[in-house]
Amino acid sequence: MSNVNNLSSGQVTNWFKFSSPSAFYPLAGKMIPWFWTLTIIFGAAGLWVSFFVAPVDAVQGQGYRIIFVHVPVSWMSMFIYVVMAAWAGLGLIFNTRLSAMMAQALAPIGAWMAFLSLWTGAFWGKPMWGAWWVWDARLTSELILLFLYLGFIALQASIDNVRRADKAGAILALVGVVNVPIIYFSVKWWNTLHQGASVSLTKAPAMAQTMLWGMLLMALCLWMYSIAVGLMRVRAIILEREAHTDWVRQLNEVKQ
Amino acid sequence: MNAFIAIVHRDLLLVMRRKSEVLTALFFFVIVTSLFPLGIGADAALLRKIAPGVIWVAALLSTLLGLQRMFAADYADGTLEQLVLSPNAFTALVFGKIVAHWLVCGLPLVLLAPVIGIQFDLDAQSLKVLMAALLLGTPVLSLLGSVGAALTLGVRGGSVLMSLLILPLYIPVLIFGAGAVYASSVGLDITGHFSLLGALLILALAFVPWVSASAVKIAIE
Amino acid sequence: MWNSSAEFFAMGGYALYVWCSFGACALVFLLEPLTVRARQRAIIRRLQREVLAEQFDQKGGK
Repeated sequence: MSNVNNLSSGQVTNWFKFSSPSAFYPLAGKMIPWFWTLTIIFGAAGLWVSFFVAPVDAVQGQGYRIIFVHVPVSWMSMFIYVVMAAWAGLGLIFNTRLSAMMAQALAPIGAWMAFLSLWTGAFWGKPMWGAWWVWDARLTSELILLFLYLGFIALQASIDNVRRADKAGAILALVGVVNVPIIYFSVKWWNTLHQGASVSLTKAPAMAQTMLWGMLLMALCLWMYSIAVGLMRVRAIILEREAHTDWVRQLNEVKQ
Repeated sequence: MNAFIAIVHRDLLLVMRRKSEVLTALFFFVIVTSLFPLGIGADAALLRKIAPGVIWVAALLSTLLGLQRMFAADYADGTLEQLVLSPNAFTALVFGKIVAHWLVCGLPLVLLAPVIGIQFDLDAQSLKVLMAALLLGTPVLSLLGSVGAALTLGVRGGSVLMSLLILPLYIPVLIFGAGAVYASSVGLDITGHFSLLGALLILALAFVPWVSASAVKIAIE
Repeated sequence: MWNSSAEFFAMGGYALYVWCSFGACALVFLLEPLTVRARQRAIIRRLQREVLAEQFDQKGGK
């Protein structure tokens, strides 16, 4: 298949050809170093702002700096779930294997983000509010999101037929993504109903501009990271699932 | 319409022939609710406070027990495949199975719950609210549960996996259902809870049968 | 902002919480890519073995 961007003959690249695993594999391989570079750049900038630019908080002292990881991983855990569900949905509608592989590649990343959100939330809550765990609306929703991720991964792991696993996972992810707003709303209500003192981990200290920048930069860093690792993992998945095909056997790394 | 009624009739008939399956799920409900006072203590005030949550969680778990039956037997002996291939709308047939499941698992819970509520020293008004909330909530449990049952058809360790998949989805029903009873017991307004339970039911009725039907077709392919 | 590196590591008394948080994140973001790379290497190794085995069979087991 020709790698065509033949302007002289008036042809344009057909982007849909990258929905074939054999075309996407080398493309992903080329993109990965770029995303790692961006990850490091944004990460360095974000960490520098987090530790050396953002001022100390009047109420929470130096401890508030945890928000520079807590908030980004929380954002990413939710964002990745939506993206994962979108890929899975595309795979279901268009019956493309690669879309389903992409969803499968993203799931563990999102699950780790959700876990880290809970972990950093606990380490933030302990010094600030005296408890390792509070049934705050967002932490509780993050916990449920982690369950949704684990359910998706478990379902795909337990179905032997790969295409059935793809489609079943897609349905689960789509049902999940519709339910996440409902779950979040219901947990928020439950939280206001039962909570005595209104402590909330979502009440971050009053946002100085620098704090916002720090969180944004860290979020961008994690976004680039997720894409990089997602592409890495999807390449492994492609090789595993397409092991029997000719193009895989012809790969340089396999032939030597 | 005929096919829908036929499926409901058939599933009910099958259940009647093996009543023990259903009755064990109901006994499970009774036993589990009895475990909590044994584990926590018999202080009436405390029991009244935890009753809505305990009864609702036990209802969730009992529904899960009964969900195994929805598709598994028909899947194993090939009937499900025939149903998919039949000229009737498969969504209607799936809906029939869900209705049959609710009649057998959900409705008895609604009727049993006041008895358990009395064990937990709930007042009469709260008992009525409990029944009404369960009446709105248990159909949603059957509906959402059917998605999990369909996704895990024929999978090794499917029943435990199904529980893990569905329980997060049950959480809104749990929150609003138990919340309604708790609100009634402390004298707060319950209309909000019931509107939301009703909304969940309507949403589930509108979308879930179709989703479950798709999931079953995927499992059968 | 920081008068000394000791002050930086102490984080105004919150050292345990801040460094455990950032540390856990660093650990995950380091180990996850390494795990994926190991998975990639494993599948490549498996494919190489299969290609060799096929060649061996084709040559008549010499």
